[in-house]
Amino acid sequence: MTLVYSGVCSHGPGITGRADLADPALRDPFYAAFHAMRDEIAATKPDALIVLAAEHFANFFMDKMPSFAIGMGESYTGPIEDPDWLKIPHRAVKGDPDLSRRIIAEMMQTVDLTYCEEWRFDHGIMVPLHFLDPANELTVIPANINCQGPPLAPLHRAWAFGEALRRAADAVPERIALVATGGISHWPATPDSGKINEEWDREFMRRWVACDKDAMLSYTDEETYRDGGQGGFEIRAFIAAAAAAQGQGTLHFYTPIPIFAVGCTIASMEIA
Amino acid sequence: MSLYTLSKLLYELNRSDEAKARFQADRESFTHEFALDDEERSAILEGDIGLLYVLGVNGQILMHFAALIGVEWADYLQQMRDGVTRYGPVRAGLYAMTTRSDEKVAGL
Ligand SMILES: [Fe+2]
Repeated sequence: MTLVYSGVCSHGPGITGRADLADPALRDPFYAAFHAMRDEIAATKPDALIVLAAEHFANFFMDKMPSFAIGMGESYTGPIEDPDWLKIPHRAVKGDPDLSRRIIAEMMQTVDLTYCEEWRFDHGIMVPLHFLDPANELTVIPANINCQGPPLAPLHRAWAFGEALRRAADAVPERIALVATGGISHWPATPDSGKINEEWDREFMRRWVACDKDAMLSYTDEETYRDGGQGGFEIRAFIAAAAAAQGQGTLHFYTPIPIFAVGCTIASMEIA
Repeated sequence: MSLYTLSKLLYELNRSDEAKARFQADRESFTHEFALDDEERSAILEGDIGLLYVLGVNGQILMHFAALIGVEWADYLQQMRDGVTRYGPVRAGLYAMTTRSDEKVAGL
């Protein structure tokens, strides 16, 4: 039928894994914003949720690294991390290979991607699902943009991927919700973990909320690495979600939470 | 003999229960499945998180190796800082340290 929802959220493993180390005064409003996002998605009655993440060497590695990938499996499993470390129990998530196939075929009219009948979710998908689908009821289609192993696809191709996702969602009879997950600035899993460039984050989200394509695509990877850290490359996922929606965005929540290693973000965009 | 091969070992270890079992049973023979140089091999055998970090291993796989060998989060961060103090700056990859050794931005 159409794309019925487009939003973005953070996915750092500390959000669940280090929950007990976080200040509840920071943590609990963030969790509440995640739960509000869950309710907003549920209200759109999606037949499937596409989770567009930037994974971290769970399925894709430099032996053969796709820039863009979409799941086409009957089901998926996660987390690939130790459930005790991530503090998210293992689950099997149902997919819809027929829907995936139709979406992929339409997207391939304009973009190249790798389809995957096997996919194990890492924190990039599991942390959002933990909040957005706690009862494991949704049909999920995973998607991925390589933000970890350079060379990385340029930002304008993340935009094109998002546009193709929108066109494909509009071409199927099902109701499709999209959540893109990732940074903004962060220096994850390094001694810098917890460093957050709030000014850079707020400027990026200003551009995102305005769906200012030119401004979003103007970052060079050198600038992003300097100002937003290696985690900042994950703006590709956010850019794709904006390209899919192309409406007015709303920043529902933004607060730097250093123990979660990221400026914790929840935002959504009207489908224009 | 390369950061790629060293990283590949950790990637396999992170995603495969079967690889984890072989590693736990006999670390030495597991490392010989990969063409590592002596420094790389000893970093794995010793569980030297600091050296692995300095060699350029991406934190997204290094943090799981640390968890596998029982290194808690705060110790993981500290061992990377200690590695830079001992071995010098990160030699390759994207995961360089930009904070000071005595700076704990998240309090850990
Ligand atoms: Fe990430």
